[in-house]
Amino acid sequence: MPKITFPHVAEAQRALKMLMNDLGNEVVMPPRPSKRTLDLGVKYAPEFACFPVKILLGTYLETCPQGVELIVTSGGVGPCRAGHYAQLHKKILRTLGYPVDIIVFEPPRLYPLDLLHNVRKLNPHRMSYRSIYECVRRAWRKIQALDNIEKISHRVRPRELSRGATTRVYRQGVEWIDRAYTMKEIIEAEAAALEALQKVPQDPEREVFRVGIVGEIYVLLEPASNLEMEETLGNLGVEVERSMFLTGWTRDNTWDQTEENITVREAALPYLPELLGGHGRESVGNTVIYAKRGFDGVIQLAPFTCIPEIVARTILPRVAKDYDLPVLTFFLDEQTGKAGMTTRLEAFVDLLRYRKRQQQKLPKFAASR
Amino acid sequence: MPARVGIPSTLLYYLYFPMWETFFQNLGAEVVTSGKTNKKALDYGVKEALADACVPIKLYFGHILNLKEKGVDFLFCPRVVCLNAETTYCPKFLGLPDMIRHVLTDAPPLIDTRMDVREGPGALLRAYGEIGRVFGAQWPAILQAYWKARRTWNRFYALLQAGWQPPEAMEMVKNKARPRIQKEKGELVFAVLGYPYLIHDQFISVGLLNKLHKMGIKTVTAENLPARSLVKQRDILDKRLFWTFSDLAYKATQFLLKNGGVDGIIHLTAFGCGPDAMLDKFMEMLIRQRSSIPFMSLTVDEHSGEAGVTTRLEAFADMVRRKKGAVA
Repeated sequence: MPKITFPHVAEAQRALKMLMNDLGNEVVMPPRPSKRTLDLGVKYAPEFACFPVKILLGTYLETCPQGVELIVTSGGVGPCRAGHYAQLHKKILRTLGYPVDIIVFEPPRLYPLDLLHNVRKLNPHRMSYRSIYECVRRAWRKIQALDNIEKISHRVRPRELSRGATTRVYRQGVEWIDRAYTMKEIIEAEAAALEALQKVPQDPEREVFRVGIVGEIYVLLEPASNLEMEETLGNLGVEVERSMFLTGWTRDNTWDQTEENITVREAALPYLPELLGGHGRESVGNTVIYAKRGFDGVIQLAPFTCIPEIVARTILPRVAKDYDLPVLTFFLDEQTGKAGMTTRLEAFVDLLRYRKRQQQKLPKFAASR
Repeated sequence: MPARVGIPSTLLYYLYFPMWETFFQNLGAEVVTSGKTNKKALDYGVKEALADACVPIKLYFGHILNLKEKGVDFLFCPRVVCLNAETTYCPKFLGLPDMIRHVLTDAPPLIDTRMDVREGPGALLRAYGEIGRVFGAQWPAILQAYWKARRTWNRFYALLQAGWQPPEAMEMVKNKARPRIQKEKGELVFAVLGYPYLIHDQFISVGLLNKLHKMGIKTVTAENLPARSLVKQRDILDKRLFWTFSDLAYKATQFLLKNGGVDGIIHLTAFGCGPDAMLDKFMEMLIRQRSSIPFMSLTVDEHSGEAGVTTRLEAFADMVRRKKGAVA
């Protein structure tokens, strides 16, 4: 049985573990990125490589000594650097003396044969494609369930009566879903977790701001890389909506909430008509959509030196001005400290509160822009 | 009065300016450049561009502001996506017109034609046709201008291949001077790889090439290496680098390692450059694995000091000399 590992992406790794075990591989679980992970990553990654490169490399360096033979990760074809992570990591790991191989899942539409080839490598027991499909479907449903409860937790947290209650229930829900195996169990666990979250005592009267979060996908998805920003914001009384989940469903679901029924791409068109790779265009487009949906503010998260996000960040002030929407940007790297971030977030929330007061004083038509 | 077109003297200027100039002049427009990079352009750029952007982008903003002060009717800021059907330019090049438009709101109208040869045969000609129509030119005039522009570029490129650096070659193309025989001087040859707009910008590279020449070192850049051989280099990375300049620099490294003839390789990069973060590591690993040619990567940014760069170059040159003495 080959020993395999994969990057740590929030809670989704639980589903990935189940999938890989089902296919008959032994999984070395990636640890949650910590100070040690970062130190290892920073030590061996190129200085100006973006933050995710360093976190992923650190994660691999923590798991590789446990005898990992295969690393499973995603690729990309854009002009974004993410497409080269796997190749760079492989070279660095080999230089450091770990005989690992990396399996890169490229966009299947461009490389359909690669996909089959990769699946074969991960399928030591020669299971039929039909049963593999069943396993993938179950894992996908599990990720969806995890995403669903996370989304609800974002909604409940700012309104909770006792601080920390939501997070506790959420952790428990994640455990329930983690333990579920069959499709039926997953759906039941999800329903139970959702119900438990809804039952968290809430204050419906509380003033809650709605803030959208846009940016580069890894720092959005991995709470350890953005210093649990969503939780911090929730505790400050902000309902966050993240523009990206691993299952990507928000992108399909929110377009009908804008008046013009526009997609992210169409929303970004007047500002950034070119596909830059990464999520630069999505950042701009999602900001426009959040503005049209009447959000109170938008926060952009990007790794330091991220090229597409720098382009997006250059354009975002214009979007902010056109739609009169506060936008705050965090460029994250290994130097980012939690206290500094919290201070900036508190100031941002204060600003939102002040703006709301001002708008309430103004006549209706001016406030509803 | 002819329309005045402003071309910022940075980024792709170093490779395509003679072509663009001929094209615009043949359409009856007057070409204005922003001139050499100076402190003012840098200060402007640092002020207007995003702090996290790299120096070349900041300089581009500075050059655009210089042009605005000179009073031009149009700014030539094409969206160059892909010119060799294989690799694209850095994402910042792709979003360049948008960044300019949304930050410098009072800039003159931009000519931001998209150039992407992957769109099909004749895509480049169509792009130039689109530019020509901005000046109200008809197709025959555009075709003629395009043809002349291509001829100028071929002449320019032949000079680069003959070992001249872009600024010298531009001068020669402009004055129609006969290429002089290059003076062979210096016992060491260094390859300087990296972005042409960093290497050949005297201000931001702190006169890197001149400094090397003064130390008695000959220099070779990627533009001087035979283009055909570079294209033919095998892809030894698992995945080809996406970005034109990075791909070129990597292939140039491969070529130099195979064919020899250089005593040291210097990689000039900008602080916070995205593609170079990857490229630099790949180059380092390749050179270490395949040869004993010394390699140095030199990072410049808006604070680069003359003394610091000189010290590093001297140390590197001394090291190479000593190593050569030991081997010989």
